[in-house]
Amino acid sequence: MFYREAGDFKTSYAADNQTFPIAFDRYRYYFVLFIAIAVIPFVVNEYWANALLLPFLIYAIAAIGLNILTGYCGQVSLGTGGFMAVGAYATYKLMTAFPGLDMVTITFLSGFITAGVGVLFGLPSLRIKGFYLAVATLAAQFFLVWLFNRVPWFYNYSASGQINAPERTMFGLAVTGPNAEVWVKYLFCLFFVILLAWVARNLTRGTVGRQWMAIRDMDIAAEIIGVNPLKAKLTAFAISSFYVGISGALLFSVFLGAVEVGEAFGITKSFLVLFMVIIGGLGSIFGSFAGAAFLVLLPVALKVLGVDTLGWPTDIVAHFQLVIVGGLIIFFLIVEPHGLAQLWRLAKEKLRLWPFPH
Amino acid sequence: MTMMQYEPYETPDGRTIGNTLMEMKNITLRFGGVVAIQDISFDIREGEIRAIIGPNGAGKSSMLNVISGFYNPQEGDVWFRGTKRPPMRPYLVARQGIARTFQNIALFDGMSVLDNIMTGRLNHMKTGFLGQAIWWGKAEKEETLNREKAEEIIDFLEIQSIRKTPVGRLPYGLKKRVELARALVAEPELLLLDEPMAGMNVEEKEDMSRFILDVNDEYGTTIALIEHDMGVVMDLSDRVVVMDYGKKIGDGTPDEVRNNQEVIDAYLGVAHD
Ligand SMILES: Nc1ncnc2c1ncn2[C@@H]1O[C@H](COP(=O)(O)OP(=O)(O)O)[C@@H](O)[C@H]1O
Ligand SMILES: [Mg+2]
Repeated sequence: MFYREAGDFKTSYAADNQTFPIAFDRYRYYFVLFIAIAVIPFVVNEYWANALLLPFLIYAIAAIGLNILTGYCGQVSLGTGGFMAVGAYATYKLMTAFPGLDMVTITFLSGFITAGVGVLFGLPSLRIKGFYLAVATLAAQFFLVWLFNRVPWFYNYSASGQINAPERTMFGLAVTGPNAEVWVKYLFCLFFVILLAWVARNLTRGTVGRQWMAIRDMDIAAEIIGVNPLKAKLTAFAISSFYVGISGALLFSVFLGAVEVGEAFGITKSFLVLFMVIIGGLGSIFGSFAGAAFLVLLPVALKVLGVDTLGWPTDIVAHFQLVIVGGLIIFFLIVEPHGLAQLWRLAKEKLRLWPFPH
Repeated sequence: MTMMQYEPYETPDGRTIGNTLMEMKNITLRFGGVVAIQDISFDIREGEIRAIIGPNGAGKSSMLNVISGFYNPQEGDVWFRGTKRPPMRPYLVARQGIARTFQNIALFDGMSVLDNIMTGRLNHMKTGFLGQAIWWGKAEKEETLNREKAEEIIDFLEIQSIRKTPVGRLPYGLKKRVELARALVAEPELLLLDEPMAGMNVEEKEDMSRFILDVNDEYGTTIALIEHDMGVVMDLSDRVVVMDYGKKIGDGTPDEVRNNQEVIDAYLGVAHD
């Protein structure tokens, strides 16, 4: 099969503006969707779901969210873990306060609550940029974790200080709690991933996305052609936090089931998602998926290769992983800020011209 | 108080110059101790090409920045379309129909030429956030309509072949042209150009002059432009304001200005590049 755009002429601007202008890409995308919806649920087992698929889907949502803020709108955030915690605790409070409410509604509500908190912590971005904004979001991270640790109301005064997701069902099937089956959890997360990725794509290809990118590339010029910087930045914070909050909600309710805030949503989580975005590609929805897949896959692959096959000690492999991630971050920041997504694009470019590169 | 009143007239090349569109009244702008603009008044008429000239540091860019709301003058008023304008953020000025280019190119380097130009259409795009999010019906239709306008400007400025190129990769002369496209696509009533030909070779300057005249002629856009090169200004403009050290030292048709003794002195007394 050749990867070609020849003969694939666009006769309208709408066609030229599609998500996948090349027909071959479009078919591949439908194929992936088909596998994800109609095949995986039937074959997925406990191990693959918990080790790879669920974390991949959930982190992909967080990565898209952070990419909207940092990759598209140029506002650096180190508060992702804290905002995920907001989503998780909002879900917990809603689940326990309204046992009759269905999980889709609860998850979306948690997203909206996180969006509100995100806007609040986004306010300093109207005055400060770059390094100083990063420090401000870092402060948000520590404050939020501290808050959920220190105010017993958030964890319903439980003795352990943990939050636990009670069982909730949809269509008679358990989605959360120990009895939930993995294919149900998988489909539940997949629903949010598909919907949110589609919305993110729509927002970033139209006038909203262009305003974010204009602010990112040159805020003074953006303002002088009519971008309201306040609105552009705060909507980026709101949408981004909405995504990150939903990711945190799912991580808690569907994936982990029980959460201690400092452990699950500490500063390392902020960096994990940031690294996903950098490795995957700043300013790319596809890159958010690629980065999430890569960082979810890497420890599993290293364990299989290093520990199981080569018999290396676990701690060596863990260190090895840090070295690889560190090296890649430096590589991508310096050499290829558009990450895996750009490498993928370049590979396609080459393939398009192959076998006659000139 | 109102704005200056003029009778419309027709230029020898058949364009109509109308009544006052914008009037600057006794503008003074200081930066700490530096007086960038000192008590300057002038007006811009509908449909005309109005030049602002003067040596480096005369305060020309500062004047455009006052018009586009980027600086607030300490004294004086800006009148636009018959009313006095309160101090206004630049994005609101843009919405009143004033677009501009910058002396140092200010494009969005991470975006393609087409996206840069489409961003210039934002004041014509009204679909709400939710409509954008689901991209059905209105959002897509609006995008297509605005894309048509963007393509019209792309054809007009002859930059079809680079529409998908990231602007960061373009040579200087083309960047200037893309920036003009981004301003023009907003369909402004008043277009401000800050040294549109600076750093260009003779051929590029001729192209740019032709585009400026065509914009004014075909779209009826009023243009205020800053230019260093006396020759270019004399060819292009209907009226000229001459500034020197923050003061206005001349105002009139190119011929009047050329024969003004104070202007001659200022220009002869200043070393030129
Ligand atoms: N933001 C600013 N802060 C301080 N001084 C400024 C600023 N902008 C312009 N100036 C000063 O105002 C004067 C006029 O500058 P400018 O308007 O750029 O001149 P021109 O465009 O005619 O070359 C200069 O002396 C310049 O140093
Ligand atoms: Mg200047």
